[in-house]
Amino acid sequence: MGQPGQRPNREVTADSPAIPGQLSRALDGFDLLVDRSERINALIETAERWQPVPSTIATRPYGDEHRTPACESEVYLFAVAREDGTLDFHFAVENPQGISAKAMAVILTETLSGAPLDLVARVSGDLVYRLFGDELSMGKSMGLMGMVAMVQRSARSASVGAAGD
Amino acid sequence: MSEFADRRYHRPEVLVSTDWVAKHADDPNVRLIESNEDPLLYPSEHIPGASEVDWVRDLNHPLRRDYLDPSAFRDLMSRLGSTRDTNVVFYGDKNNWWACYAFWVFQLFGHTNARVMDGGRLKWVKEGRPMTRDRPSFARSEYPEVRRNDNEIRAFREQVLDHVQARRPLVDVRSPEEYTGQRMHMPDYPNEGALRGGHIPGAASVPWARAINADDGTFKAADALREIYEREKSLADDDDVIVYCRIGERSSHTWFVLTYLLGFKQVRNYDGSWTEWGNLVNVPIEK
Repeated sequence: MGQPGQRPNREVTADSPAIPGQLSRALDGFDLLVDRSERINALIETAERWQPVPSTIATRPYGDEHRTPACESEVYLFAVAREDGTLDFHFAVENPQGISAKAMAVILTETLSGAPLDLVARVSGDLVYRLFGDELSMGKSMGLMGMVAMVQRSARSASVGAAGD
Repeated sequence: MSEFADRRYHRPEVLVSTDWVAKHADDPNVRLIESNEDPLLYPSEHIPGASEVDWVRDLNHPLRRDYLDPSAFRDLMSRLGSTRDTNVVFYGDKNNWWACYAFWVFQLFGHTNARVMDGGRLKWVKEGRPMTRDRPSFARSEYPEVRRNDNEIRAFREQVLDHVQARRPLVDVRSPEEYTGQRMHMPDYPNEGALRGGHIPGAASVPWARAINADDGTFKAADALREIYEREKSLADDDDVIVYCRIGERSSHTWFVLTYLLGFKQVRNYDGSWTEWGNLVNVPIEK
């Protein structure tokens, strides 16, 4: 994470590594949980850390431009710029039973907020399978990958905007 | 008298209410089964006494694209402590979409003593009823190995082709965007489902969730359902109908509605659905 006032690593380049450090460490931690029930319990505990979007960030009704595509849990992303040009991410999960969406929201929020935009823009949607395994329904995996895609797009937009400054 | 008599269903006894489930919590002849799309839901909490049946690990064949075989079904039912006479009650997320899918698979094995809890998991939760993380355990039971009957309620692609050529009715229960071929996959991601978009020629578009009351997830009353399927889409209860979606899960919900709630006499679920049809070479497609 850069210092206030700095705008490091904002442009997407072809040779950028794919996984920001905090996300990489989180994924490594989940990789250690080879027992399915342990992995599920860890994801449930992660989901329990989810917090609603503060009213200072956004209020309902949330705009469609913030809505995650293909996600039936009705998930909205709000990205707020930090002084250093990186982003803070906030996910609204409107389905009270959207527990996988909440787990994903927490992981993305905790590991990508403040990360260099070029790295965030290159995060692969494949992390969904790394976290949840390959037994997800197509609809569920598309929804969770849609959350990653929203974060990527926010980073790309911020990166382009900064490059045009 | 069924507690759903006022909804005028063809087979009202196939539904049970949340009240009924609460009252039968200790009934040894009832097995409550939660079946969800979200793999974290059941482990996070579930109705006390409920077991989980997972659509991938429990109901799919481990290798082929098919359902579990008779010996695996026998083992599953034995693990659930069920006999052929056990009253199996399904419920789950997404307005019982996956519960109906599990119900449909159980019917392939003729376990007809089966019900669906109206309103599903969300209604139980909204009513403030108890939930737990404790998993029940049952002594293994003796369940017979029964033949899986794929002829009555399941359709395969050759049968669907014949059905199309005979201009018999189909119901596409996917979203309107999938039906029209507008949406095949998520932007920026590879197409995981099918190489072609659209729908099977002649299929009527009735998204599965139209059968549900949005406020509480319960099934609409028969009159409202007839308005959709019979008057709006011109289906008749003596039609030979095939329903499909993307892999046969959403369409099992519509299969349940047409078969049990409206009394359609011949409804088959094409579980190959669009992930098969949209990849087949030289089959007819409409947009």
